[in-house]
Amino acid sequence: MKNEINEAHEAANEKVSGSNLEERKIVIPGEVITSGDDFLPGEWTFREDDNIIANRYGLAEQVGRVIKIIPLSGAFTPRRNNVVLGRVTDITHNGWLIDIDYANKGFLPVAESPRYINKHEMDQYLAIGDLVSGKIWSISGRGIDLSFKGKGLGKLEEGFAFRITPSRVPRIIGREGSMINLIKEKTGCNISVGQNGWIWVKGENIDSEIRARKSIEFIADKVYIGGLTEKMEEWFEKN
Amino acid sequence: MVKRISGRKADELREMTAKVGVIPNADGSAIFSFGETIAIAAVYGPRQLHPQHMQDPSSGILRVNYDLLSFSVSDRKRPGPSRRSREISKVTEMALKPVVDISEFPNTVVDVQIYIIQADAGTRTAGINAASMALAHAGIPMKGLISSFAIGKIDKDLIVDVDKYEEDYKEGEGATDFPIAKISGTENYTLLQLDGKMQPELVKKSLDMADKACEEIYEIQKSALKEIINGDGEK
Repeated sequence: MKNEINEAHEAANEKVSGSNLEERKIVIPGEVITSGDDFLPGEWTFREDDNIIANRYGLAEQVGRVIKIIPLSGAFTPRRNNVVLGRVTDITHNGWLIDIDYANKGFLPVAESPRYINKHEMDQYLAIGDLVSGKIWSISGRGIDLSFKGKGLGKLEEGFAFRITPSRVPRIIGREGSMINLIKEKTGCNISVGQNGWIWVKGENIDSEIRARKSIEFIADKVYIGGLTEKMEEWFEKN
Repeated sequence: MVKRISGRKADELREMTAKVGVIPNADGSAIFSFGETIAIAAVYGPRQLHPQHMQDPSSGILRVNYDLLSFSVSDRKRPGPSRRSREISKVTEMALKPVVDISEFPNTVVDVQIYIIQADAGTRTAGINAASMALAHAGIPMKGLISSFAIGKIDKDLIVDVDKYEEDYKEGEGATDFPIAKISGTENYTLLQLDGKMQPELVKKSLDMADKACEEIYEIQKSALKEIINGDGEK
């Protein structure tokens, strides 16, 4: 249990600070996580009188004096600097609209393209239906701005994309990318994972691509079990 | 002491089962049953709301759809929306709204689909219980869970969690069905409907009985949500 929680914690891409981390537990909305003035309510929690109360379902964690909740399930919640995969759904006069599996669409400004683009020929670079990988640059009330500045970002050509539950993405990536590197190494595929649950795979042949997809779906199914990397290595021996 | 055909005590609920994560393609889902009554709830969103004129720029909206499936009752129910299902959708929405906090998601909708796959009275309350768990499972910010059940009457005696036979019990003072929904851990009620006749003091007594019953339901909901991380994961 301890191990699982540790992994789920790392999975959330949070830096482990040297603080008291032993109090992680699953909480449900309305549950009192802790009480007393020693703590501060963090993400997805609020204070009522003396108590700190969970505002959503997830894993409660203490970092320093702050209590926060790491989501365990549900739809994708965008954050700054998340890498997301999505499809172009519309072209406007100054950019592209990208469906990133969230209530608001992502907006990719025309300035993000690496070369000059004639406004009348924007579909020469990205056409409707194209798959792209972008980083969330900013989130405002009006929408989500995407950027292509970064390694491996841009239009994704060939290969194929599929979707897993967004809360399981951290497990696919693993500790500092250990899991995804293992899969890349064993299958020889180029893989791009978006925080919104979309995964793009491109290999030398269709068989290796299918193998990569099956291995990813294998860990997505087993998401709460500890010692995943060993399990994955076992899986590759067999398949 | 009242005699119930099922052999239950007056304040005894039917056997309950609950599970979350039953629909892989939904953002959150749950199944809840009171004896023979089984409800499945699926939550989608927050997602873009269409038609656009229904959008609320100050907050997200909650949209509930209740459906009693045609095979859930012994005489096949004509499928599709009805006056009854629209009413129950509306009261369920009003029962859930006070705890759901979606003000952070303007112009969006959170869709809740409730399907009753087997009906033996108390379908709206089973639906509310399932929906409340499914909303939590979908990671929607909430102030608490909703626990719901119905109180009935056999002649003059109050009974908790009526089944179909008790709901239709016409002798004495007549059939009574009093569905109650309560925010867990508080004294706030989000659903009070009454079908039949009840004396004012009995209403007060009913609400006292609700405290204990809702606590039991809440424990079931809570353990179902906490269970998910143990064992072999969701599968």
